[in-house]
Amino acid sequence: MILKYLIEKEFKQIKRNKFLSRLVFLFPFMMLAVLPQAANFEVKDINLCVMDNNHTTYSQRLVQKIAASDYFHITTISTDYRQALKSIELDKSDIILEIPGTFEQDLIRNQAANVMISANAVNGMKGGLGSSYLAGILAEYNSEIRVELMPITAKITQSGIDITKIFRFNPELKYKYMMVPAIMVMLLTMICGFLPAFNIVSEKENGTIEQMNVTPVNKFILILSKLIPYWVIGFIVLNICFGVAWLFYGMWPKGSLLTIYLFASVHVLSISGLGLVISNYAKTLQQAMFMAFFIIITFIFMSGLYTPVDNMPQWAQYISDISPLKYFIRVMRLVYLKGSSTADLIKPFLTLCGFAVVFNSWAVFSYRKSSN
Amino acid sequence: MSQSTISAEKKRTPRENWMFFMAFVRKEFYHISRDRMTMLILLVMPILMLVLFGYALNTEVKNSKIAVYDPSHDDVTRAIIEKLQINNYFVLHKMLKSPDEVDKCFKSGEVAMIIVFSENFYENLLHGGHAQIQLLADGSDPNTASTITAYATNIIAGYQQDLLKMDKIPYQITPEIKLLYNPSMVAAYNFVPGVMGMIILLICAMMTSVSIAREKENGTMEILLVSPMKPLYVILSKAVPYFFLSIVNLFTILVVSVFVMGVPIAGSFFWLIVLSLLYIFVSLALGLLISSVVNTQMAAMLISAMGLMMPVMLLSGMLFPSENMPLFLQLIGDTIPAKWYIEAVKKIMIKGLGVGAILNELAILSVMAVALISISLRNFKIRLE
Repeated sequence: MILKYLIEKEFKQIKRNKFLSRLVFLFPFMMLAVLPQAANFEVKDINLCVMDNNHTTYSQRLVQKIAASDYFHITTISTDYRQALKSIELDKSDIILEIPGTFEQDLIRNQAANVMISANAVNGMKGGLGSSYLAGILAEYNSEIRVELMPITAKITQSGIDITKIFRFNPELKYKYMMVPAIMVMLLTMICGFLPAFNIVSEKENGTIEQMNVTPVNKFILILSKLIPYWVIGFIVLNICFGVAWLFYGMWPKGSLLTIYLFASVHVLSISGLGLVISNYAKTLQQAMFMAFFIIITFIFMSGLYTPVDNMPQWAQYISDISPLKYFIRVMRLVYLKGSSTADLIKPFLTLCGFAVVFNSWAVFSYRKSSN
Repeated sequence: MSQSTISAEKKRTPRENWMFFMAFVRKEFYHISRDRMTMLILLVMPILMLVLFGYALNTEVKNSKIAVYDPSHDDVTRAIIEKLQINNYFVLHKMLKSPDEVDKCFKSGEVAMIIVFSENFYENLLHGGHAQIQLLADGSDPNTASTITAYATNIIAGYQQDLLKMDKIPYQITPEIKLLYNPSMVAAYNFVPGVMGMIILLICAMMTSVSIAREKENGTMEILLVSPMKPLYVILSKAVPYFFLSIVNLFTILVVSVFVMGVPIAGSFFWLIVLSLLYIFVSLALGLLISSVVNTQMAAMLISAMGLMMPVMLLSGMLFPSENMPLFLQLIGDTIPAKWYIEAVKKIMIKGLGVGAILNELAILSVMAVALISISLRNFKIRLE
């Protein structure tokens, strides 16, 4: 019974803090509506600097073919490599294509010609993919020429193995489908992780915790009364996210909403539990804030939200194992895009339950009613 | 009371003013150094974050788990499966027994790609001339999906060339590819400047905004404001110790990125420091601005951590290239100081360009610094309600 009053107290405290109640409604809405549109690793619109030193029909046809592709924009035309390099330094172009002066001669007489591709590889992925796209166009052009010059032999070189690529669940390879479910998890974690981390410690700073400590309420009930409000907030946030995802991105989970609710309830419980643990150990609000910030941002970056966990070095993968976000983000993507059911996801479910039990029992044990 | 402060102010010499100011700065240093835990967090956190995120962020796809459905089980299919695993791009996770398992395999999220061979593969290739391979990739991660299908296609095509024993193809155009600045395509070159920009901005903004909000909340801000110091100096004195703390952080960050992450400083060290000091100043000023509009530590923290974290991560070009974003988001991104800092750091540290290349960024950051400081000073309520 006492639990009911304690929860009522927590809710009143949250409701009276105007900033907090606005945050719970507006923050997820604004962030989810805008930010996933920025998250895009796709390599396209590559700016190309062309140095055609040959000026023959063969070299010009190559340049035209590249200009006609979707990936490249020819932004600079240059005759001097130093000048071309300058355009890369100033970020006016990403790749230099240099066609040597003897291109046609080499190709027709010697049957072999070279072209030089120099790519800005500060962003290794963009440089690498961009130059391989360019090499791909070059190869296409090459086989066109070969067919023209020697129609019979060219046939032999054509492939005997037909390779079909099929992209399941996201045939157009749109990034938003990958990012929206993950950003939902991130929002949920930030709100339900930060707020509890500030809860107990701010009562410590205000001195109101003393009043709680002199009551006969036991630790377990006390922690529970602090958890439940964040659980409710988590559900509000989650539902706002569902709405925004549907309204702005036309996304609705392929699987069951119940599966997501089930996982979300366990995830929020474990994250809020962790927040309370931080709150118990911190002496000042400032300490709690920095600790919570560090832990949550680490969880986010190690979770595979931006780049897959499989790409990390082995030791980093072990660290990612202790991030509850890793499991929930994976589940969220699976349910949203592939319609996985709870039965497919028993393992991550048990892992998340494990986190919830560990963090919350830690929160109960680390709470001290008596000051030493 | 106020009458006497004004008259007192007039009489003070610049030297006395300076001494007052230093006394305030000293007070602030005491504040920080007495909270050992917070100081420890502030000094260690950036290093840990840089190392963890610098390694964790990696767009280079490798060790992707694949499953294979191979009904023909012959020499060629076996050779292809083996060939796929040579370069660490793929790890064979599972052999499927029937095509029905494909869906279940994807739904549990075990594998990134499933390779399906047609029946009688070798025989068809030998007699009919055509055999089919289907690459079923999990499109829910577009980057991985397009990269691994491209890898697999290349590997299979390479195998086929070996099989046909073609050494010299006539009329061949060979591209010579040169990767500038980062020949081995280390992902850290791209992400470390980004992580640096994020860490400095967030930590500086958090530190200043929370510490001023704390004085407001405890009521000690009133005491400071009724002192004979001008409010401008009261507020600046709060930023000075954090400026020093950030300089310490800057050096540890640079040491770690050069010696642990292996990211070189190819350009001028001097201008990198000048740029970073300017950026630290902008970040602290952003913290001042936040603290001028909030009254509680919690609000300061939530705005500076949560409110800044997501836009900085997503809009500054730290992770996702700005040119991929819709125009209105690029414009929002332009207002984030981290965007300009990260661009300039890439130019100096990695491309090794001179100061001439970053004049634009330096100018923008300077304008931001002036704007932030003047707005936040105007916002500060000097009078108490």
